Amino acid sequence: MSGNESTKVVYMDNNATTRVAPEVLEVMLPYFSDLYGNPSSMHTFGGQVGAAVIKARKNIASLIGASPDELVFTSCGTESDSTAILSALQSLPGKRHIVTTRVEHPAVKNLCETLDTLTGHKHNVTQLPVESDGTIDLQKYEESLGDETAIVSIMWANNETGVIFPIAEMARIAKSRNILFHTDAVQAVGKVPINLAEVPVDFLSISGHKLHAPKGVGVLYVRKGTPFVPFMIGGHQEHGRRGGTENVASIIGLGMACELAVGHMEEENTRVKALRDKLENGLLTSIPNAMLNGHKDQRLPNTTNVSFEFVEGESILLHMDRYGICASSGSACTSGSLEPSHVLRAMGVPFTAAHGSIRFSLSIYNTEEEVDYILEKMPPIIANLRAMSPFWKSSHQGRVGKSQCKCEC
Amino acid sequence: MWEYTDKVKEHFLNPMNVGEVENANGVGEVGSLACGDALTLSLKINEQGIIEDAKFKTFGCASAIASSSALTEIVKGMNIEEAAKITNEDIANFLGGLPKEKMHCSVMGREALEAAIANYRGITLPMAEGEVVCECFGVTDLEVRRAILESNLRTVEEITNFTKAGGGCGKCHDRLEELLREARHESIQAVIPDQRTKRLTNIQKIKMIEDVLEREIRPALRKDGGDIELIDVDGDFVMVSLRGACGSCTKSQTTLKEYVEKKLREQVLDTLIVEEDKQ
Repeated sequence: MSGNESTKVVYMDNNATTRVAPEVLEVMLPYFSDLYGNPSSMHTFGGQVGAAVIKARKNIASLIGASPDELVFTSCGTESDSTAILSALQSLPGKRHIVTTRVEHPAVKNLCETLDTLTGHKHNVTQLPVESDGTIDLQKYEESLGDETAIVSIMWANNETGVIFPIAEMARIAKSRNILFHTDAVQAVGKVPINLAEVPVDFLSISGHKLHAPKGVGVLYVRKGTPFVPFMIGGHQEHGRRGGTENVASIIGLGMACELAVGHMEEENTRVKALRDKLENGLLTSIPNAMLNGHKDQRLPNTTNVSFEFVEGESILLHMDRYGICASSGSACTSGSLEPSHVLRAMGVPFTAAHGSIRFSLSIYNTEEEVDYILEKMPPIIANLRAMSPFWKSSHQGRVGKSQCKCEC
Repeated sequence: MWEYTDKVKEHFLNPMNVGEVENANGVGEVGSLACGDALTLSLKINEQGIIEDAKFKTFGCASAIASSSALTEIVKGMNIEEAAKITNEDIANFLGGLPKEKMHCSVMGREALEAAIANYRGITLPMAEGEVVCECFGVTDLEVRRAILESNLRTVEEITNFTKAGGGCGKCHDRLEELLREARHESIQAVIPDQRTKRLTNIQKIKMIEDVLEREIRPALRKDGGDIELIDVDGDFVMVSLRGACGSCTKSQTTLKEYVEKKLREQVLDTLIVEEDKQ
């Protein structure tokens, strides 16, 4: 919005996308100029590019405790998700039941909801509910699995609240019942340690731009021995698992990003986490009628989702934008739909609060000064909008409102 | 990010006439917290019928706040007869236009104005008395019809953009289509047959399933004192109920999958899934 009064940018929207790390950009650049060979070529000129792709593959594999040949490069997290789910359904044609959650990213949620028209076959999709803190009841999960279940697809960590699901345990349960397990881990990879040697998932999705690599590159981890049917049909690339010439520069960038993530893992879970906590506690104490959405501890170290009652998210964001503060909202207006975030609704967040939710997602590039700056700017923004809100009465102080929804959503 | 005009930005960032008019004699409240936007408009109308003062309180997005601010600016000093003629388009035009998905914000402004004038005149608006079509946002058929005619709407999506109706669970889309056709005097279009080389139609599928059940499956089950009844066919799902000895047999699931489903897949369609109807 051009009402921006400062050229300063305080970027706290890293669950949406991240900056490409300077180190990542540096290793990528030669592959846009001198090293333009095709990694599949027989000549040394192309072959040297192939060698760099192999190195990147190793770096990515070691971040998640996988072996390099278990990785398939894709164009994005969404492609990885589609590939995994459609592959499972094709390799198990008799099974048409899928277990997922009500809080999945649209990449999984909308795919599951469209399967019938996409494939021409009727599918049975169980969307597991979540508790009010965004966590999953393991018993409900276990009960949902049946003999007809082809695949479970549950995200490792939720993009809106940062809530982490017990993937290791859920994958073990699925494995014991011979059900394939996919996890969309785009928000978790690089932020929390993942070791697939100990977590028996069959498929795991990664998105490059969520961890300081560029947009347009993703990975699907496919466990050795898991049946696989390609999504993108073409040449022999990726051992026939995904056709199309490799996005070489981005793959090499992602390799570097994963190498950096290994080194930054501790900082992410100490310094960044402390900044997140300072921001969160500051907002909750300095602004009345503010509440945290999601489980306080079982959560990504970089994410906080706070609701400010009786005000609307888009308005908050656009006022923040004037100060160069970048964040996201689960309000209806920001999504272009008319209903607030499906994640918050699944958690039963009251409407008084769901429309006024703001998600801050930090990265290692954030500083304490930035947190202080946000803590200085936010209270007047909220107070100003509340003064304009017909629902904000002084009697609301300290009370968390409830509003009934007339429909069945 | 929405493409807002400078005028929208100006009225959002520095809205005019925020608050409540003291001793207001016309107050209109529309929208709700659940809907995501709401507007309370208060007017002070003098004995000559001139709107002396107008203020608003709005909960909502940038365009809702800007529309409210614009509305108060438009009506101040206006005769209520004139004010009653203001349309949502007038509000949107005052702001240099609104993104199409945000037109309902200007409609909310118009509705609040009407409600405030009705309140001043001591009458009840007919709009609220219609039949509620959209449960999620509490929109009546009268409101939808009016929006269709006034703004020349042609699709359900446009109705949603202007009134919010149909923007929630989506259950009212058929009814909205109906209202569109009625309002636009459009005859129901003949259903265009699907020309794609086709799998079985539903009727064909059901007939074939019934045929196989009658000819092969039922006689076989009857030998063991059992029976089977077809309950429903939904896409590839074939719902059946096992009767007689089969109903209490512990191997009934095996019978269902290994025999009934197998036979139906062989003879009707290889994607069929047979399930027992538990009710």
